[in-house]
Amino acid sequence: MPRMRPRLSLISAALAVAIGIAGCGGGASVTGGAGVSGQPGSSAGASAGGSTAAFDAANEGGTLHLLAQAAGGTLDPQVNYTLQYWQLYQSVYDQLVTFARVGGQASNTIVPDLATAMPSVTDGGKTYTFTLRTGIKFANGQSLTVADVQASFQRLFKVASPNAGSWYNVIVGATACLSKPATCTLSGGVVVNAATNSVVFHLSQPDPEFLDQLAMPFASILPAGSPAHDAGTDPIPGTGPYYFASYAPNSALVLKRNPYFKVWSAQAEPQGYPNEIEETFGLSAEAEVTAIENGQADWMYDPPPPDRLSELSTKYADQVHINTLTAYWYLAMNTNIAPFNNLQARQAINWAIDRNAVIRLYGGPSLATPACTLLPPGIPGHVNFCNYTAGGGSTWTAADMAKAKALVKASGTAGTSVGVVVQNDPVNESIGEYVQSVLNQLGYKATLKPLSDNIQYTYIQNPNNHVQISLTQWYQDYPTAADFLQVLLSCSSFNPGSDSSINIAGYCNKSIDAQMSTAEAEQESNPAAANALWGKLDQELMAQSPLAPLINPKLIDFVSSRVHNYSFSLQYYMNVDQLWLK
Amino acid sequence: MTDAVVQGTTAGTGESTVPPRSASRGPWRQALGQIARDRVAVGSAVFLLLIVAVCLMAPLYASYIAHTNPFQSNVLGTTVVNGKTVPVLQPNTQGLALGSTPIGPTWHFSHYFLGADSQGRDVMTRLLYGGRTTLLIGTVSAVICCAIAAVLGLIAGYFGGAVDWVLSRLFDIIWAFPIYLLAISLAVVLLTSGLHLGPVTIGASSLLLPILIIALIYVPYVARPLRGQVLSLKEREFIQAAVGVGAPDGRIIRKEVLPNILPAIIVYLPLMIALGMLTEAAMSFLSIGVQPPQASWGTIVNDGMSLLYNRPAVAIAPGVLLVLTTVALNLLGDSVRDALDPRAKLRGSV
Repeated sequence: MPRMRPRLSLISAALAVAIGIAGCGGGASVTGGAGVSGQPGSSAGASAGGSTAAFDAANEGGTLHLLAQAAGGTLDPQVNYTLQYWQLYQSVYDQLVTFARVGGQASNTIVPDLATAMPSVTDGGKTYTFTLRTGIKFANGQSLTVADVQASFQRLFKVASPNAGSWYNVIVGATACLSKPATCTLSGGVVVNAATNSVVFHLSQPDPEFLDQLAMPFASILPAGSPAHDAGTDPIPGTGPYYFASYAPNSALVLKRNPYFKVWSAQAEPQGYPNEIEETFGLSAEAEVTAIENGQADWMYDPPPPDRLSELSTKYADQVHINTLTAYWYLAMNTNIAPFNNLQARQAINWAIDRNAVIRLYGGPSLATPACTLLPPGIPGHVNFCNYTAGGGSTWTAADMAKAKALVKASGTAGTSVGVVVQNDPVNESIGEYVQSVLNQLGYKATLKPLSDNIQYTYIQNPNNHVQISLTQWYQDYPTAADFLQVLLSCSSFNPGSDSSINIAGYCNKSIDAQMSTAEAEQESNPAAANALWGKLDQELMAQSPLAPLINPKLIDFVSSRVHNYSFSLQYYMNVDQLWLK
Repeated sequence: MTDAVVQGTTAGTGESTVPPRSASRGPWRQALGQIARDRVAVGSAVFLLLIVAVCLMAPLYASYIAHTNPFQSNVLGTTVVNGKTVPVLQPNTQGLALGSTPIGPTWHFSHYFLGADSQGRDVMTRLLYGGRTTLLIGTVSAVICCAIAAVLGLIAGYFGGAVDWVLSRLFDIIWAFPIYLLAISLAVVLLTSGLHLGPVTIGASSLLLPILIIALIYVPYVARPLRGQVLSLKEREFIQAAVGVGAPDGRIIRKEVLPNILPAIIVYLPLMIALGMLTEAAMSFLSIGVQPPQASWGTIVNDGMSLLYNRPAVAIAPGVLLVLTTVALNLLGDSVRDALDPRAKLRGSV
């Protein structure tokens, strides 16, 4: 999934419930990406282990003050593609199915939401039949009907939803909708029956990830009369416990209780605790930290700046939550232009970068671990190996600058000018400056090119920009190997001339592509064999070194002292409306 | 030659308010004498010379005293403080063990006198290298700016008519932009891919880019008043006389007009150096001036911004030097103006 900022939406598959995500280490104040903790180190949570707790009316009330440096763009759930708003959409919009609104591993589970039950899947995986719940109303008082479901999927194409062509193109009629969005009907693709309240999806081919895609905010069910264009700053009513009362991108976004909401499934859409949620924009990250410390705000979307980490670590440790992510920061080396069209030059980078230095710049060992593989720990197929560590071994221990310099010399690329493109926030820029220093030590003439995080991600994707090496991040869409290897390094992900060429390295190897297809096809029928193949492909790709994985990061949530009942979903991170304010 | 021209010109103006020139000393010598008697000017000049001398010694300091490479990251490096080996970036071991803090000032010139920055580099060494860069950019951009402004001001003022109209409108257009917005716009465009003008190519990380940008954006600020002076001079008798005897325009400009606006250019120079340094610092602070790993006082302030809470010295040290240097340049500039243009002082005292 494209990531315009380090923290964007995460998607997961229901099949991944059994997948173990490594819990993070650290002190008693660290939550290992799982479970619920009222205050770290204590167990004041509501739904430990992922089970759904009963609503506790005694903890209801108050206004939750959230902070973000900037607004997240359009409010339209079928267009917006940022974690910033996907987190909030959990309190406003519903889909036919959704990821369980709990903390921990159980948050990977897909549960029925607006549908009464999980769908019956027939016709060899090509037909999904749902029954819609009755008695549910939108925040504008309009009752939910199957016509809304049908219209919502048509609208998804009409508004050119970012992943309409890649996730929902398997629906019958999608091809016509993609070519002529304005007249999209999905005829034969989404069939509804008002009498039986049924919704039937017909797919042109089986898609094992279709349910995951139905659980995404893009597939939110909206009133049939919603505008057939990006709604921008005009909120569209949803069915969740809150509605967007106002949105001014220069100042604030306000959520108020939906007066028509009644809990139909606490697992899918629980009642929220705060009476109102307000996200204010415009403060710097420094000011956000200060505001939370002073109790003037309850949570910040942005990561705390590096110079405040020590202070949070000591004085405010009980307000900090650290969560493990299945993600990595990596260097993408353009395999089609000099100097990184040379294998030895690429391998030299992997040998030369000291992961411990990157970790130090990122925030220390409590916030990241060295990365050696393209499949992070916790992803099926992950194998512990490390091709580029001094002294060998299966985990990274040290860089080998001598070997790296020898490789650069052998490659004949020394002296080449190399541009390092990074985002211009302090952490990215400081890691970029370190990489620049390493490149200079290797004999290159490196320059640092910091770009605004709004444009850096699309800039480095477009092969026309001739980016030689760039620092970026990848956070899981699905906890599957395909989401890392196939998305980032397959030939089909390389689109010359496009800003959406997620294969930033431009690496294309037909043989590896074919093996990835084989692994994906075997994923359901023979997962063990598929995982073994993914692990082998990870090693083959690392040998080719199109990317240099640097660190597996963790996420910090800093909350005010009055916040309790913190829980962390692996899909959408902190469960915002489940916080108690005391 | 210059003295003779200036003397002749002064006589040519026929102004009765001009103090009578000494029989033994020319106006340049008089001006120098006046500056030498001005304690503030002498103090400023000594300070500036000291700064320049110390900054020029940056490579010697780095190689023979601090033994460090100020352009290379030293994230995992160590140093010795009070006999103990300590990491340059000290990981926090308290509480949740989040973050790390660069070593603070040791007050030992041999290692991390002013502490380290977030890349583990010696701040003192970078401060000296940064001073070289900032002074270089300020000075060269001021010289280029004044040279271009002088040429354009001379042409516009002397020839008048359509040439004057075109040049004046060009100045108006540049002047219409907020100065920093113009600098930022140019820098953002040029820093992406460098400057390519036919056979001339300037790399994105070259110091020439900020120098040229700063020089160009201030041209109207110098050229306009110079043009005004030339317009005024054109009406004077000695110019009219030169025209009357058939002297070619080029000769009149070189021999009569230029020497008369030279004092004004000299007065502008230190002020433009100060302005250039401040603009460079502002651009580098915004990451669109001097590019890493090169250092300037602006980039060091920028580096220090992310350390304000823990290591404020990193941002404060270059900031203080920048303030002191620009104040010294302004004071010196005022003194030079008073010395070269006594009428300005007389006008100011009325």
